[in-house]
Amino acid sequence: MSKEPIYLEKIQRSLVGRYRAERVFRGCGMLAVSLGLAAVLLVFVDIFIKGTGAFSATYIALDVTYEKDLLGIENFADQRQVNSGDWEAVYKQALRRDFPDIRKRGERRKLYALVSSAAGYDIKDRLLANPGLLGSKETLWVLADDDIDSYYKSWLDGNAYTARLTDGQIRVLDTLINTERMQLRFNANFLTRGDSREPEQAGIWGAVIGSFLTLMLTLVLSFPVGIAAAVYLEEFAPKNKVTDFIEVNINNLAAVPSIIFGLLGLAIFINLFQIPRSIPVVGGLVLAVMTLPTIIITSRAAIKSVPPSIREAALGMGASRNQTVLHHVLPLALPGMLTGAIIGMARALGETAPLLMIGMVAFIVDIPAGFTDPATVLPVQIFLWADSPERAFIEKTSAAIMVLLGFLVTMNTSAVWLRKRLERRW
Amino acid sequence: MNTSATFGVGTPSESDFRDTRGGDMSEIGLTKGHVTVGSVEIQAAKMTARGVNIFYGDKQAIHDVTVDIGKNQVIAMIGPSGCGKSTFLRSLNRMNDTIDGCKIEGDIRIDGEDLYSPKLDVVELRARVGMVFQKPNPFPKSIYDNVAYGPKIHGLAETRVDLDEMVEKSLRRAGLWDEVKDRLFQAGTGLSGGQQQRLCIARAIAVSPEVILMDEPCSALDPIATARIEELIEELSHNFTIAIVTHNMQQAARVSQRTAYFHLGRLIEVNPTEQVFTNPEHSLTESYITGRFG
Amino acid sequence: MHANNLLLLLLAFVAAAFYVGRGRANHIAKLAGGSRQLHSLPDYHGHYTALCCGLPAVLLLILWIIFSGHVISAMVLDSLPAGQFLGDPGGRELLANKIANIAQGVLPKANQPAILVAAAEELNRLTQISRWSVTALASCVSLVGLIWARSRITPELRSRPRVEASIRYALFFCACVAVFTTFGIIFSVLFESLQFFQSVPVVDFIFGLEWSPQTAIRDDQVGSSGSFGAVPLFVGTLLVSAVAMVVAVPIGLMSAIFLAEYAHKSVRAYAKPALEVLAGIPTVVYGFFAALTVAPFLRDLGQGYGFSVSSESALAAGLVMGVMIIPFISSLSDDVITAVPQSLRDGSLAMGATHSETVIRVVIPAALPGIVAGIMLAISRAIGETMIVVMASGLAANMTFNPLDSVTTVTVQIVTLLTGDQEFDSPKTLAAFALGLVLFLITLILNIIALKVVKRFREQYE
Repeated sequence: MSKEPIYLEKIQRSLVGRYRAERVFRGCGMLAVSLGLAAVLLVFVDIFIKGTGAFSATYIALDVTYEKDLLGIENFADQRQVNSGDWEAVYKQALRRDFPDIRKRGERRKLYALVSSAAGYDIKDRLLANPGLLGSKETLWVLADDDIDSYYKSWLDGNAYTARLTDGQIRVLDTLINTERMQLRFNANFLTRGDSREPEQAGIWGAVIGSFLTLMLTLVLSFPVGIAAAVYLEEFAPKNKVTDFIEVNINNLAAVPSIIFGLLGLAIFINLFQIPRSIPVVGGLVLAVMTLPTIIITSRAAIKSVPPSIREAALGMGASRNQTVLHHVLPLALPGMLTGAIIGMARALGETAPLLMIGMVAFIVDIPAGFTDPATVLPVQIFLWADSPERAFIEKTSAAIMVLLGFLVTMNTSAVWLRKRLERRW
Repeated sequence: MNTSATFGVGTPSESDFRDTRGGDMSEIGLTKGHVTVGSVEIQAAKMTARGVNIFYGDKQAIHDVTVDIGKNQVIAMIGPSGCGKSTFLRSLNRMNDTIDGCKIEGDIRIDGEDLYSPKLDVVELRARVGMVFQKPNPFPKSIYDNVAYGPKIHGLAETRVDLDEMVEKSLRRAGLWDEVKDRLFQAGTGLSGGQQQRLCIARAIAVSPEVILMDEPCSALDPIATARIEELIEELSHNFTIAIVTHNMQQAARVSQRTAYFHLGRLIEVNPTEQVFTNPEHSLTESYITGRFG
Repeated sequence: MHANNLLLLLLAFVAAAFYVGRGRANHIAKLAGGSRQLHSLPDYHGHYTALCCGLPAVLLLILWIIFSGHVISAMVLDSLPAGQFLGDPGGRELLANKIANIAQGVLPKANQPAILVAAAEELNRLTQISRWSVTALASCVSLVGLIWARSRITPELRSRPRVEASIRYALFFCACVAVFTTFGIIFSVLFESLQFFQSVPVVDFIFGLEWSPQTAIRDDQVGSSGSFGAVPLFVGTLLVSAVAMVVAVPIGLMSAIFLAEYAHKSVRAYAKPALEVLAGIPTVVYGFFAALTVAPFLRDLGQGYGFSVSSESALAAGLVMGVMIIPFISSLSDDVITAVPQSLRDGSLAMGATHSETVIRVVIPAALPGIVAGIMLAISRAIGETMIVVMASGLAANMTFNPLDSVTTVTVQIVTLLTGDQEFDSPKTLAAFALGLVLFLITLILNIIALKVVKRFREQYE
């Protein structure tokens, strides 16, 4: 039989369309990857644009006089005087002097409202630290209210946001801006303070510490148990129904929605064991239970990657199974396990839903000092701020997200670094 | 060179081009500028290769190979493992294109058309030069769909009836029809190894290629299945040009008209099969067929 | 004594036990003529003694931690005159909490009824007694264990196998924590759900078309009985998940195909991890992004074209959820696509198929079980996703299939019902557990099937 030439013709005719389909398909693939990457970029850029503002805060320069009469203080050693001192009077007096034509009570109140209510405490702290200042004069930069902050930042962008300000206030602000008595300064409060109802005073330090405490507990609880479980399943477990059942459980738990773990925490830890709500202990417990499957699975993979020849060598020397595992397998698998633990912790750090269930959504101003102090964590803080109506909280939220993402990137990069650095190729 | 683990069977493995860079060549009587002995050129050539060099990254797997492949003939390529015969075979329908870092120099033609010219269409080429692999690789589809795959993608069948006919014809030619006609719509992967390989041959001939390349088609099969395939090759050689790579010298002797002996990436000798096995020209060929190495 | 201090004390005992046991073993070895004469090394005898000393005491301590609070609080409540609490279990619990708060000084004593203050003092007294008694008991138990173990040390004592066996049991116990967790989840959601189904029939819950869980505080208020028909929640969840899958499946799958089949190795090396960044972003961030960026954008876009898009539309939540799920689908699909043997691709290419024909007709069908399983896992994740919908979708339980409308989901309702101060046994909070049960069951079924399919797929090509 010879070649049927009609086939070749048909093939040649089909080629144009087929190559077009090929290009379209390839293009779709490229488009999909680009869309995915664009989404990554969009999220990061959006958060970055919204959030950078929160790292600076608006301050107003006031010529203040620390008059004894005004403060009602003679001597800082007298605790009663300190407690009853009228610290806010200092900046109020300065404002009155700068804007003498504002006399009506209502307008005065609006004038005072330009300065954050935290300014009084700042003045108190400053005077207590430098008692010599009493009776003297100085130009003091005081923290502005969040509405002023929003106004000034948007004014700098050329699109002033005036919705929450009166005309009188705007006039005052313009005067301050024109006389260069308004300035953006680094917002240390944001990184050092706890939560607050006032956006300009709200900080993430409390949440950072809360996250740290919670994660410490999570790590301490889940890492040893996870490794132990992985060692058992890889090195000791007999092939039977019980082992299968345990494995099925672990694999399923890894895919159970996180909010279910919150329900578990609420019903078991809080209602059954009577652990108080809102504290790192219960958060750590829930997150430990949640990350355990991840840690077990990655640790098992790490143990599996240790070649059997090592075990055989050790067993051949007369080492017991336990000694083999402890002396040879575990040290070799440790980098992989650590990597898994870091990735598990990164997941736990970003987890919000289960913590809502166990009361870690409470509004907590104080920075937690221990595992049993009420605390919140970074992602929950983000959730709380995102829910707040004040416009100024948008940039706080975004900035808190930047901090959270910063931690996550650091953790994941170190995991990758660790894996590259320590993992052996067999 | 890094073909990585994603490439499975049918790809030259690391061992296929180990030891290909000179070194101990003099030890076995091979000089650097070796010229193939025997009759590399023949009258009715279907495909021609002239001065072909193939590289994987910076390792050279094939050195200056020149050979003709005769029309409606079977040419067997033999040689020790790692001699580059599979690599050369894959260059004949440009399957080496799928391997990263594989580079080809020289001139390969089919009916005078340059295989590596930018004008040549590789899809069309592969429809003309089919290939059967070492390990049977039926698609995870029904037997029918396996054979119908080529005609479908190339748009060869106008109607379902046409397609049915093509499938039946191909399966008959591959000697598989009687065994599978009652279960055409069962999975091709459910057949025995020998049947799977014949299915792959049926799949290859369904598009009526001009040349069929076979890369050790029987190495994964038992002797009975092997005999069956050999018969099939014999039958097919009346209509198709066949190039077969084999480890098995008896097989080469049984099925081929010409035999090419490869050694360390070089084509040592090409001669009519009878001559190669009875009176080899080159001492290396003789050493190989008498079993001194291999 | 506080539990932490007691633990430290026990630790000291255990350390002492180790040295005592090892010392004893060394002594015996010397008498018998060298440590070769012992069955196990002296260290193992030390470990054995330490185990005998520490283990029973720690078990005792754990039992005490779990039960003492309940027992003491029950004792205090029983000592109160019967009329003090309302008689129903909820009231009893509230009262117990109140007394505990007074005892810990959270509530000032001054303005509380004298009887409660007395009860609080009683509570403190009992707690003190229980602490000291557990300290004494635990110390006794550990000392007895130490002495008993020491007395048993002989050259023949097989300490090593015993110590190793106990280690193995400990490891087994750790492996079982996952099983305990599963049972804990089932117990917690099932138990509360059963209570819920006593007040709301199962059929009404699963097939009811109206969801308004506002129960009245007083009986005479309007709408005192909320309705708990969960169908609108299921519809909402499905709607949001469907939008998410419409985004995630094509993009995820096509990215996986492109990266596995077409992309140059160097492109793949950067693009794959970059896509996986999407999986590492916390869901709360996506929620914020959905609520503050995507939802307003869609609303404005809709206005531009004359559609009314709700500012809490299912579309916004679903879109962002889809973005979150992209890497999930792409990495699972990538795994199965690269697991398809190269020989199949070669077979197809050698027939003259183009690359896309090979992918569509050979690679994808071969990888299909794995891809489907990956999609199932992704659906289970979408259904269980919480923060995005909590932040970006609404609370109103609308029965609608229009993605431009606002819907609510199962997870949103769980969060809404359980955050804030709720009394624990009201139908409202119990309803959250019933929803949790449904969520758990659905995701469990999806996961089990998917994991089975993936496992079988892997075995096929290994």
